[in-house]
Amino acid sequence: MWLAVFTIAAIALIAGLGLSFAARKLPSRPGELTEQVNELLPQTQCAQCGYPGCRPYAQAIVAGEAPINLCPPGGDETVRRLATLLGRDVVALAQVAPAGHSVAFIEESLCIGCTHCRNACPVDAIVGAHQLMHTILQSECTGCELCIAPCPVDCISMRSVS
Amino acid sequence: MDVPVPGQLVLPIGQHVGDPAQPIVGIGEYVLKGQLIAEVHGTLGAPVHASSSGKVVSIEPWPVARRFGEPAPCIVIECDGKDRPVELAEIAPAFDELPPDVLLQKILHGGIVGLGGAVFPTAQKLMQATTCDLDYLLLNGVECEPYISCDDVLMRERAAEVLGGAQILMHALSIDQCYIVVESDKPEALHRLAEVMAELDDERLVLKLVPTIYPSGGEDQLVQLVTNLEVPSAGLPTDIGCLVQNVGTAAAIYDWIHDQEPLISRVTTITGNGVAAPMNVRARIGTTVADVVNFVGGYTEHASQLIMGGPMTGKSVNTDRVPLVKATNCVLIMSETPSPGPEIACIRCGECAAVCPVQLLPQQLFWYACADDEKSLRSYGLTDCIECGCCDLVCPSHIPLTADFRKAKGRIRELADEKARAVRARQRFEARNERLERDKRQREQELARQKKHAKAAGPAAIAEILKRKQQQKEDED
Repeated sequence: MWLAVFTIAAIALIAGLGLSFAARKLPSRPGELTEQVNELLPQTQCAQCGYPGCRPYAQAIVAGEAPINLCPPGGDETVRRLATLLGRDVVALAQVAPAGHSVAFIEESLCIGCTHCRNACPVDAIVGAHQLMHTILQSECTGCELCIAPCPVDCISMRSVS
Repeated sequence: MDVPVPGQLVLPIGQHVGDPAQPIVGIGEYVLKGQLIAEVHGTLGAPVHASSSGKVVSIEPWPVARRFGEPAPCIVIECDGKDRPVELAEIAPAFDELPPDVLLQKILHGGIVGLGGAVFPTAQKLMQATTCDLDYLLLNGVECEPYISCDDVLMRERAAEVLGGAQILMHALSIDQCYIVVESDKPEALHRLAEVMAELDDERLVLKLVPTIYPSGGEDQLVQLVTNLEVPSAGLPTDIGCLVQNVGTAAAIYDWIHDQEPLISRVTTITGNGVAAPMNVRARIGTTVADVVNFVGGYTEHASQLIMGGPMTGKSVNTDRVPLVKATNCVLIMSETPSPGPEIACIRCGECAAVCPVQLLPQQLFWYACADDEKSLRSYGLTDCIECGCCDLVCPSHIPLTADFRKAKGRIRELADEKARAVRARQRFEARNERLERDKRQREQELARQKKHAKAAGPAAIAEILKRKQQQKEDED
């Protein structure tokens, strides 16, 4: 009987040491984790987190440079999911998130066709050419609000979509 | 028993799965029985026909039996009592003379939808089925839900029409074998079907008896019961060569193809201890519940709740102004069901998993629904849940599992939509970055080319260009 006990204990010890070795020494692919974090972000590309897009923020999170609570469009939901994925603590959002989903809307009678908003949109949701009227593709707009500041005639506003 | 044509018919334009039909009649227009009053709209839908002759008085929102109880647009017809039908074509061609695709188109125009309760447009279901290799047609005469007996009565009194419909379906889809499946609690129906089958002498028709267990009448459950083949998760019975049709749908197809009568009436069970004389009636689609109850003798003092459908899958409504629609297989009026008790914590007893007909794990689904874990809900098969209510019934903690699963299904659809939007936004962002990169590279290349050109041309060419630029500036000033 003691032989059986000894054998099982030895197998367990070897397996444990092997796992601990693998966890520490074998290389992990760094890009994979960044991809997984990027998948959880809402892809609004609004830069409210301070990074120029969702992927740079994902990279910063994985590198340990950024906390996981900087994304307002993601909301508490995204903080929770990131916490689960990375094994970190759930923290409150740094900025208050706006409720509901809103899209930008151009008041077409005021538009002067300057193309500033079109160039600012991170997902190319604004259609328009120089000195011709611009319009927003509501199905593609992520509500990031990056187009509002560049407009010289202040003709863009946010409208909530139920 | 036939309910006489009421004074007013209320016909919702959305009596089927898919887009509501588009009304083609105007207010004040006189319509005939069987006339097309709303046509198919969108890719999935069915037309609506007038159930009797009369004048269209309005097209307005009216209370209907719906999940959230909000009123739906209905065409209201004031009947003139004459019940005048549309002029029928002189001679209707026999169904076996028509090629299958023509037959399927014809079925579309009859307004036929699944009468087992799912009201999926039959023509579209059959058209989808033609893309698969079909071995069996299963006629669903199981009617497993308690209280409901409209299919039982239909099989007893109109067995010829049911079997005629089966023959039409077999011709339209080139199927060689048909099983008419009936539960063991319907001996008279079995007897009558056997009699008519002997007269028809069609060896492709086979009568099959199954034990009386709820919910054997669910499409996937029926296929497994009869053929021992399991319908794949998120799949259809046609994926494994079986087509299922309710006996009522088969009879409706026969009425339309053989007698040119579109779907304007159906057999419904009016029952429960809240009605004086529970019975099965044949009523015109659009008759309000109030009119039907009046016909069967009125309410009793026990009438406390009104359910459209059966006790397991029916919807509770709070007014008897709701009309009978194509989906109405039962109207259940009964006393208040005693509350089972407050919801308490799940005790992990496992009874729910034992009774689930789809062999899901309601215990785990409940856990994941509370955690809003979309991935796990999908991998545990939430989308295969048929909402039969069995798990609800057996839960000792009185957890409203079926309602929770309905909510969770809506939630995972919402999350899937959000995910799709995020993926699209990311793709557009990456495409835009690529475009900007490309533009920058092109500009740099162009610039380098010009520089090289200029250098190659020599100092004289550069002096020429500078002189030209100077000239341009002077012209502008």
